[in-house]
Amino acid sequence: MPVDARTLTLQRPRNLKAALAMLAKEPTLTPIAGCTDVLVGLHFGTSDTRQFIDLWSLDELRGITSKPILRIGALTTYTEIIASPLVQKRVPMLVAAAREIGGAQIQNRGTLGGNIANASPAGDTLPVLAAAGALIVLRSASGERRVSFARFYTGYRTSVRQPDELITAIEIPAIDGRQWWRKVGTRRAQAISKIMMAGVRSPADHLRQGYGGQEAGRHSCKVRIAIGSVAPTVVLAEAAAAVLSQGGAIGDAQAALRKEIAPIDDLRSTGDYRQQVAANLLAAFWKDTE
Amino acid sequence: MLLTINGRQRRLTVPPMARLLDVLREDCGLTGTKEGCGEGECGACTVLVDGVAVDSCLVPVAHVEGCQVVTIEGAAAAKRSAKALQNAFVEHGGAQCGICTPGMIMAALPLKAGASRDEIKTALAGNLCRCTGYISIFNSVEAALSPAKKGPPSRVALRRASAHARRR
Repeated sequence: MPVDARTLTLQRPRNLKAALAMLAKEPTLTPIAGCTDVLVGLHFGTSDTRQFIDLWSLDELRGITSKPILRIGALTTYTEIIASPLVQKRVPMLVAAAREIGGAQIQNRGTLGGNIANASPAGDTLPVLAAAGALIVLRSASGERRVSFARFYTGYRTSVRQPDELITAIEIPAIDGRQWWRKVGTRRAQAISKIMMAGVRSPADHLRQGYGGQEAGRHSCKVRIAIGSVAPTVVLAEAAAAVLSQGGAIGDAQAALRKEIAPIDDLRSTGDYRQQVAANLLAAFWKDTE
Repeated sequence: MLLTINGRQRRLTVPPMARLLDVLREDCGLTGTKEGCGEGECGACTVLVDGVAVDSCLVPVAHVEGCQVVTIEGAAAAKRSAKALQNAFVEHGGAQCGICTPGMIMAALPLKAGASRDEIKTALAGNLCRCTGYISIFNSVEAALSPAKKGPPSRVALRRASAHARRR
């Protein structure tokens, strides 16, 4: 049953400072932005929240800058990400992921911060942010802090974000090497992911320049792999990445990967299917980024 | 709340979290905008907000205060391509049962003249149709946006041509 809109309240701060003050006073308020998830939950009666705070008009949280680190405002929409020459150049795998989220109507409204805050295991940008080593900028009335993406989620739909904090921006450090993204859904457009993978493969010479000679001796390359929809939160597949970094066989990396993920059966797919496709995607990533 | 819908200002008393779709259909009587899935999958409820296509089932009405909202009822007045799209959908069989058609037209409205097949497919990726198999919809939009291009004549055009010839 849809929730009656008359039972819902909406506070509308005029700027970020006012929003943070409202949240400090009433931390139970649920922040809303593009509403592409929030209104679905209310319409199908699966959401318990009734009191909201509107971020949509806070232009301070929009926009993409690069001085010097790439910083994407939390309210930046997928359409803006797709159109950004900066993101196209620095994080093409994020552009690829944004293109596959819903259709144009969703891309025009859905925001990067919202994808993170909604914390669905099937959030398409989340493996990209994990593989990119992104930082999440959190702000409350009492100050600002940065949390590495890998430490942000604590479990299924839970995170280190405190109720009085807002995600204000996402910072993405420079990425060396080749980026890779693949989403597997029921159809090519407008499908929620069965599974998706983001990968970064940096060659050894980049490593020597970027990370110091002593590491270059041990590793043939540096690899980061993140997978979505295979566990309660996005999985940074460190064991599989380590096998590949040290020049191991793809079969061994696939075996390591299968142990790192715990996919379930749900309405979109089965755990067995996801196990197999995860292994297949790893092989495809490795071949495509040779 | 003061809203501008199809160029006309309306003062409405509606809850801020009401879905734009419900406000359009129930408070404004604009029932051309359809509800399909109610979860942003089907695009039947597509309208333009400041020229941008959105699913009106996922927009709280508070977000369109001060914006220009265009629905299928106001499409022809807002965009020159609307009439061409309507004609092309008739000509090329782009509409069958019709429930997706207003959304398809609204999603196609932001496209520029001469848009490529790929651009058309991307613009309509968020709109589902269970009748046509999409080809005739893509053909309709392509024809509407490239009036100069001569494709093979549609069945409707052929029928019209032969009827015309018989009359002569």
